Parts: sequence; structure tokens; C-alpha cells
Amino acid sequence: MTSHAWLLLGTFLAVLLLSAKPLGHYIAYVMEGRFRGGQRVENILYRLTGVKADEEMSGLRYALALLLFNALGVVAVYALQRFQAELPFNPQQMGAVTPDSAFNTAISFVTNTNWQGYAGESTMGYLVQMLGLTVQNFLSAATGIVVVIALIRGIARHSASTLGNAWVDLTRATLYLLLPLSFLMAVLLVGQGVIQNFDAYRDVTTVEITRYDAPRLDADGQALKDDTGAPLTTAAETRTQTLAMGPVASQEAIKMLGTNGGGFFNANSAHPFENPTPLTNFIQMLAIFLIPAALCVSFGRMVGDERQGWAVLSAMTLMFVFMAWAAMHFEQQGNPLVAALGVDQGVSTLQSGGNMEGKETRFGIASSALFATITTAASCGAVNAMHDSFTPLGGLVPLANMQLGEVVFGGVGTGLYGMLVFAILAVFIAGLMIGRTPEYLGKKIEAYEMKMSSIAILVTPLLVLLGTAIAVMSEAGRAGIANPGAHGFSEILYALTSAANNNGSAFAGLSANTPFYNVLLGIAMWFGRFGVIVPVLAMAGSLAAKKRIPAGAGTMPTHGPLFVTLLIGTVLLVGLLNYVPSLALGPVIEHLVLWMAA
Amino acid sequence: MKTLLRPALSLFVLLSAITGLAYPLAVTGIAGAVFPEQAAGSLILQDGKPVGSSLIGQNFSDPKHFWGRPSATAPQPYNAAASSGSNQGPLNPALVDAVKGRVEALRAADPGNTAPIPADLVSASASGLDPHISPAAALWQAGRVAKARGLPEAQITALVDAHTEGRQWGLLGEARVNVLKLNLALDALKN
Repeated sequence: MTSHAWLLLGTFLAVLLLSAKPLGHYIAYVMEGRFRGGQRVENILYRLTGVKADEEMSGLRYALALLLFNALGVVAVYALQRFQAELPFNPQQMGAVTPDSAFNTAISFVTNTNWQGYAGESTMGYLVQMLGLTVQNFLSAATGIVVVIALIRGIARHSASTLGNAWVDLTRATLYLLLPLSFLMAVLLVGQGVIQNFDAYRDVTTVEITRYDAPRLDADGQALKDDTGAPLTTAAETRTQTLAMGPVASQEAIKMLGTNGGGFFNANSAHPFENPTPLTNFIQMLAIFLIPAALCVSFGRMVGDERQGWAVLSAMTLMFVFMAWAAMHFEQQGNPLVAALGVDQGVSTLQSGGNMEGKETRFGIASSALFATITTAASCGAVNAMHDSFTPLGGLVPLANMQLGEVVFGGVGTGLYGMLVFAILAVFIAGLMIGRTPEYLGKKIEAYEMKMSSIAILVTPLLVLLGTAIAVMSEAGRAGIANPGAHGFSEILYALTSAANNNGSAFAGLSANTPFYNVLLGIAMWFGRFGVIVPVLAMAGSLAAKKRIPAGAGTMPTHGPLFVTLLIGTVLLVGLLNYVPSLALGPVIEHLVLWMAA
Repeated sequence: MKTLLRPALSLFVLLSAITGLAYPLAVTGIAGAVFPEQAAGSLILQDGKPVGSSLIGQNFSDPKHFWGRPSATAPQPYNAAASSGSNQGPLNPALVDAVKGRVEALRAADPGNTAPIPADLVSASASGLDPHISPAAALWQAGRVAKARGLPEAQITALVDAHTEGRQWGLLGEARVNVLKLNLALDALKN
């Protein structure tokens, strides 16, 4: 790893950790209802919607409210896609999206996954992008935040039967946190060149004439093929370049801040209109981790001991630094097969060198590999480089990040509640070792909590491994593979891992916009999201009901280095035990073959 | 359940209107007022007509121009209405063939140049629309462009240097050259 890469990583972490503290305090202030500045707006909203703001909900009622709210989101996004041809703000006259793709996309954006089987600029009109996708970018992020706030309340309260009011929490998270931050970031992005307009796509006359082979289409628009299956083409030329347009910046901001990750365009944050400069790239990387890191601070504050939050944040940061080092190191090494062709992959002041396939010049190796680590450590899934073209071990990093359960910072809210479930597992394991009833932050951890934790931890590996097995065993699953050999298996494993962990990035060579993958991944996304949220809220309700027991001589402190080590160990142990065999079949084999072939 | 349904539905509608209509429209309003050129796509105008965007690359294959990154968009390269990378894995034989073809084309256009070719010049970009190449990739082509235009190489190299942007704030991203802007400057030299 180059010294510039270390400097970039260090600067990133410094800015992040410095911002986490004030923002974390602000989130706690807002979610505890102490911010009164928007009281009048809130009151109007509650009157219009029939929300009784002072009526608190039990864990299960809270879960039911969220399920209902999110199910409405699925219906709305599905309907908007199916009827977009009849609706306004659609200058390119995009037609109705196919039922299976619309189903997949609706679940994808509601579950904060933002997996994209479609290409944005050729599928979605501006109304769907705004009123369907941007809305879910906000609401799915708010859902993640309120779940972790409810869990924190469950830990902080004692002998209580309720966790708060889901409607009030959703409203406050959206209006006081996500909306102002997004607005600020969107304007910053436009200043750097991210587009924001409602124009039709713009034709420009290029400097040179482009000659290319155009595919020949039959009457239905299907590509014609010759006897060997190769596509038939005719020579064509053009001097027109059509620039895709749209309200990009407003969506881009919440896409990152809400760890959503669904791009306005197919190339996502690699597209120069989404991410035009190294500065926008830095802002985007920061935006991904900002709220997940700040929530750790909010957690410490709300349970009355800030050291608890910093311990969790330390565990996340240590794992993240190792992953970032690995990704940058292996991408900088480059591809030995390309080197053999007389190509210079060395780093110098004049080029970043390394494995540049699927990367942008303005980002080079360091900013691309760091972005890839951040976007998969958090469950964001935006990409500024094509992960499918990463070196085998460079590509293993994003895969492994997701397989750890999206708890290394993780998604907004989801990362912290995932990590707190691991913390409970860690104190349980420690309790077993010394034969004491485990406790966490003054709460006894008993059989019910362990059952809910186990479900929350095991539901995603089950979906990933079972789904991968189904896909590789079926004709329809194997048909989507783009790259031969072990890499093809990695593409399928990556897709299921990304969907079930609600990340949304892809080894994008996989042709996933088929009924088979749209349905399979849709199911994985839904249960990967709510199969965790429901047990977490059930556990939160049970914790709230418990009495607080004072810390005694036998209580393990959960704010020191010992606990941080134990927590990291638990996350790694569960992740490794679940996924090592599948990783060996994919990226590890590919790495060995690549360097033996060279 | 019934007591949840009304708040769920009405809150969903109201928050949708705020985040899905009011918010993007407000950003559009501010963006159009403060940064009108950026919001519209950073277009480059010549005689009042757009010849491209300074953020979106174009396809160049004339030896007199600097060439950009290979583009994997379909059906034509640098299709700005269908951004895409190649998504070829490191071991994919199609990747090795593609790189070999690009190396041969660059060597054929400049037979005397035996220096190793900078990686970004033979690898497809992530978006297929990358407007930049590395300074190394520009300098590698300077000899060919000079010969094709019958100009001294030093003049071309100086033009490349003038169009080289360093790391933003000395730290972020990588040094780079905007290919479209460089080629427009080259074409302006001639007149």
C-alpha cells in the first residue's frame, strides 16, 4: 500500500471520527424528543395523520407498525414503475417496467438494499426516481435508525413495557436528521458538477465520428444471431452523443447518507454525473459512514455511558482498517496477465497504476479500493469501480465485509443493532466460560434474548448459502454467469450475499434481470431485512421489561480493550465459520490460478 | 391493526410528498440559481453549440488526437445514455484478448514507441465515460500526436502539462488529464 493511500485512509478516519461525536449527540437529542424547534410542523403532521404522539408502543406493535409502513412502500414503488408511462416527469417516455423487475426493485429499495437489476438511465423516468426511489432512500434509512433507537431504549429503560412511538420516531429521523443533511450535501455536490435538472436527454455533436458495429435487431427488437450464436452486426457511425440527464444530486445525497446505494445511472458512483471529482468521492465516502458512526456515540449517550459507544466504534474501526489495507494492497498489485502484455502497472507520480480495469482515472487505485471497502463494510452498495473486475483477493474484501453481517459500521441503524446483537452473543460466550449468568449494560441475558439473537445472526447466512446452492444447481441460475471458472461462482455468491445482507453492490457481470434472479433475490432481501428487524424488536421489548441489576465484582466491563477484542473475535468467528468453504471455492481458487498462470 | 393503518397510510403519503417532491424540487431550484452550468451538465459550447460535456469522455481514434480510456458501453463506445463497465474478471480470457488488441492498436499507431503502455490506456473504465487519462498515458501518446500534426513534441508535451490537474487539495484522487479539453486545445492550435 502506498504512502498516499495510508494518508488518504488516515484523513478519512480523522474527519469521520471528529464528525461522529457532535452528530451522535445531535441524534440522541432529536430522538429523545428534546429538540423542540420543529414542534409546530410535527403537530400539524400528527393532526393530519391521526398519530397520537404520546402513545407508546410495545416491541411487537412497533415491529407491526414498521412492517405495515414498509409494505406500503413496496406497493407504491411497484405501482409507480408499472404505470410510469402514464405519469408526468418522464421526458424520455420510459415504458412500464416488467412485473418481475418492478417487484425486485420495489423490495430492493424498501429494504435499504438498492440492488439494481435494471440500468437507471434506460429504465426509470424522473418521477419513479424521485417519488419512488428517493422516497424509499429516506424511509428505509429512517426505518433502520428507529429500530436501533428502539433497541437502545430497550437497553436503557427498565421495568418498562414500551419502546416509543414508531410514527414519531420515523418523522423525527426523516425531518431533523436525513432531510437537512441531504439538502446540504446535494447542493455541495451540484457545485462540483453533479447534475440536477428535469431536462430531456441532451444531444451533443462530438469532435470525431465514432464507427462501431451495431447489432441487427428483428421486428421485436431482439438481437439477431448467426448459426454459431454470435450476434449479427452492421457497420454504423455516429457523431451524436446523447447525455443522460435528471435530478441526480438530490438522490445522490440521500443515497449515500442513508447507506442506500442505488445509482441514478447504471454505473452508479463511477458515473461522472454522479461523482465528478475526487472531492465528491471523499464526501460520498464520508456520508456513507457518517450516521452509522454517529449512532454509536448516540448509543453511548442514551445508555448513560459514552465509553460503551466508543468501544463498539473501536471494534468497527479496527476491522475496517484491516479490510481497507487488504483491498488497496491487492488492487495496487495489478493483474499479472496484463503485465505480461507489456503494460506498465507500476505506481508513479504520473499514474496510479495497479489493476485499472473497471476503475476511473480520477479515483485510481486508492480512492476506488477505499470506496469499495467502505460501501460494503456499511451496507451501502454504491460503487465507484466495478467490483467484478477486482483482483481475486481485492474482490474478496467486499464479499467478506458483507458476510460479516454488515456490522463493520454497517447500514444506518442496521449496523449498530447488528453489532449489539453480536455484543450480546459475546457476553454470553464470556459468561459460559466463567459459569456466570451473562449481563450487558445491567440487563440479564437469558434464554429469550439468546433465541432472538441467534435468529438475527443466522437468518442471513441461511438465505445466502441456501440461495447460492439453489442458483448454482439450476439452469436459470447458471445462465446469468458472465465470467468463466471460479469467478462465475463468485458472481452468484456475491449476488446472494449482497441481497440477503441488504448491501446492493454486485459483481455486475451477472445477468440478474431475469424472472429467476428477480424473484430469488427479492425474497432474500425481504427476509434478510425483516427476518432480523422483528427478532431485534422482540428482544428490545424483552430487555425493556427487565429490572436493572447493579454491576458487581463478577460483571464483565463492556467498554475496555478486552471486550473490544472479544467482540471482534465473535464477529470473525461467526463469519468465518459460515463462509470459509464458499470463499475457498470462489476468490481463493481464482487467486491461486491467476498467479500460477502468470 | 386498524389503529395502525391510518397513521401508516397518511404518514407515508405526507413523507413521500416532502422527500420525493418538495425536496428534489427545492434542490433543483437552488442548484439552478447558484450553479446553473453544473446543474445542466457542464456543457462545453463552441459557437453557441454544445460539443460535449467536460465531465463526459468521447471516443477518439484519430492519430492526431489523444485517445481516451477504452469504453465498454454498447453498442458504441462512450454511449452516455448507457453507462457501463466491462465487468470482466481478472482471469477472463476475453479480458486478456481485449487488452492484447488495445496494445496492438496503440503500437501500430506509433511503431517507434517501445515504452511500456500505462495501464489506464488499455483497461476499460468503470463508467465507460471516463473523461480522463493519467498524465503518463497522455505523455505516452505525445510523440504520435506530434508526428501526426507535424509539430515539435515539446509543444505537445507542454500542452499536456498545461492540461494536467494534480490531486485535489494535494490529497484526493489522482493526477489526470481531461482528454476532450486537451483535444479541443490541440485543434485550436492549428488555426
